Amino acid sequence: MSDAIKAVTMPKWGLAMEEGTLVAWHASEGAQVHAGDDLIDIETTKITNVMESAAGGTLRRRVVDEGACVPVGALLGVVADADLPEAEIDAFVARFNADFAVAAAAAAEAGPPEPEVVEAAGNRLSYLRMGDGNPPLVLVHGFGGDLNNWLFNQPALAAGRATYALDLPGHGRSGKDVGSGDIAALARTLTAFLDVLGLEQVHLVGHSLGGAIALDLAVRQPERVASLTLISPAALGGEINTDYIEGFIAAGRRKEMRAVLGLLFADPALVSRDMVEEVLKYKRLDGVAAALAAIAGAAFPGGRQSRDLKSCLGDLRMPAQVIWGRQDRILPVAQGDGLPANVPLHVLDDAGHMAHMEAATQVNALIEGLLGR
Amino acid sequence: MAKKSYRQAINEALAQEMRRDPTVIVMGEDNAGGMGAPGADDAWGGVLGVTMGLMPEFGRERVLDTPISESAFIGAAVGAAATGLRPVAELMFVDFMGVCFDQIFNQAAKFKYMFGGNAVTPVVIRTMYGAGFRAASQHSQSLYPMFTHIPGLKVVVPSSPYDAKGLMIQAIRDDDPVIFFEHKVMYDVEEEVPDEAYTIPFGEANLTREGEDVTIVAIGRMVQFSNEVADTLAKDGITCSVIDPRTTSPLDLDTILESVEETGRLVIVDEASPRCNMATDISAAVAQNAFAALKAPIRMVTPPHTPVPFAPQLEDLYVPNPAQIETAVRAVAGYAR
Repeated sequence: MSDAIKAVTMPKWGLAMEEGTLVAWHASEGAQVHAGDDLIDIETTKITNVMESAAGGTLRRRVVDEGACVPVGALLGVVADADLPEAEIDAFVARFNADFAVAAAAAAEAGPPEPEVVEAAGNRLSYLRMGDGNPPLVLVHGFGGDLNNWLFNQPALAAGRATYALDLPGHGRSGKDVGSGDIAALARTLTAFLDVLGLEQVHLVGHSLGGAIALDLAVRQPERVASLTLISPAALGGEINTDYIEGFIAAGRRKEMRAVLGLLFADPALVSRDMVEEVLKYKRLDGVAAALAAIAGAAFPGGRQSRDLKSCLGDLRMPAQVIWGRQDRILPVAQGDGLPANVPLHVLDDAGHMAHMEAATQVNALIEGLLGR
Repeated sequence: MAKKSYRQAINEALAQEMRRDPTVIVMGEDNAGGMGAPGADDAWGGVLGVTMGLMPEFGRERVLDTPISESAFIGAAVGAAATGLRPVAELMFVDFMGVCFDQIFNQAAKFKYMFGGNAVTPVVIRTMYGAGFRAASQHSQSLYPMFTHIPGLKVVVPSSPYDAKGLMIQAIRDDDPVIFFEHKVMYDVEEEVPDEAYTIPFGEANLTREGEDVTIVAIGRMVQFSNEVADTLAKDGITCSVIDPRTTSPLDLDTILESVEETGRLVIVDEASPRCNMATDISAAVAQNAFAALKAPIRMVTPPHTPVPFAPQLEDLYVPNPAQIETAVRAVAGYAR
């Protein structure tokens, strides 16, 4: 009978997350929930976000109360059929918690997954691998980002396939030499990354500058790309918010950086003290200021985007899609207008430039949908 | 990312800067150990092992063991800085600094001013401070306020391994004399520290906790205690912002004032003796600049105005502790006119 019982557990949002606080339940015990419904608000030191229900059924049990802080993977609640006896729910909870105690002890022994490093085309590239299965999926972050930007996506997408999130040159823990810093050069580095890891054909997902890089690769080497998902991609128009680019490069103080990062989200309150601190720690590394200036100078000279690849989209033969947050304040959603028929545009109302963070469940579903095609 | 101790973080900063810049040298008592004597080289690496491993990599030319004559080798370091090197001199305990005040106060701190801005003095003086080491009153003082008092010096008091590395690299690259305070009971504190070189600018406070009810400003080792108190009180519904100035000179007064404007309540935690210390200095600045925002009298948590006692029981009572900080925060949080 336990197939009919579904565990709701504390998600793992990002490498560093070990525990989370259950801030609020959106459903009371006995309520009907549907897959995709907002179920629980969860707060970590990095971010507060809503967890949606993965399954439909009756919320039979709230195992953890509001305000409690529990480890990743701990049982938060139970979704099951309404007519299942209470004793079976009790037995499920007891069994889950006993198994979890054993698994948690083993996980504590093994430690969290750690990024690995490869040398590709003279660059030291850091990446995080999760999951197994072909064809693999590769996630490419945007300007000033890093592999942790995919914290709400990579664990979900890793069910059923190998996923690789990399740090672009000049970003995260990768080497800080970006060469010319232009989109084509960064795309060549991405190709070298695929070569070194022996990834012949991949699903590519790129955000913002990473979208332009992914698109450049798909245009030059279509045989390498099984599908292409672009989230608020660069290189589909001229306009870009230079307040963001210049502000990101210039901001050294916490207060300035918080304001700049707020531009990324429809809801600037998502920017936590820890998120600001992580970005400041990155920006303090030797070589980062020069790397960011080089990329911005090559990709966005004079406050305009230097590449426009929109006309190439119609020739793409692999499945492709574009996802855009309607409230994007970095690259306007209007740049998604007039896409060719083979590249559908999905506009998400409640998201800004970081749709994969603010509307993670929807973005993950759209990516899964394209992969299933 | 690898966890590193406060000791390793400083060691890594020194090693990376010595690799990057051949003008960086280190000098001090037993910085390597064994100079001019039979027996093992690099036996000490400084009195508590912070410079261990530098001499084998960089040689005796750049890792100098000095005589026990602070006035001589601090003077030599200042002179070397004035003539093109970037020395990092270790003066074991800050308590001994008195014998070289002229070299520091009248020479290093004044060169830039007295030569019309045409001279630079990129010397770093590393030194240990703080009580809790059972080292008695001549090896336990927290004398950073004395150096903060002198125009022309920069004064760094890192509270964590991450900050220690970034502030040390910044100190070495800085063209002004920097006094770098290391708390002797913090050397084994560990946290994640990047392998790469990075710099933390001087005069930018860190906000280690963010809250709405009370602002706690804490220096050096007191930051950890204040974080613990903030976490404890958060469970009782009292939320605190904890500000670590990181450098007492320059001092990031803006961050402190902005926070006090929001909370209206201020506690300052300072391990230095209570007269003319950072707590009185910050207290005066807040009273002068944000008086209208204050909803309660400013509270200072400091040791008593006595030498640091040698008796362990008394030394434990001397050092400000989390219970005292909690009492002070509760007092200002509950204060009503």
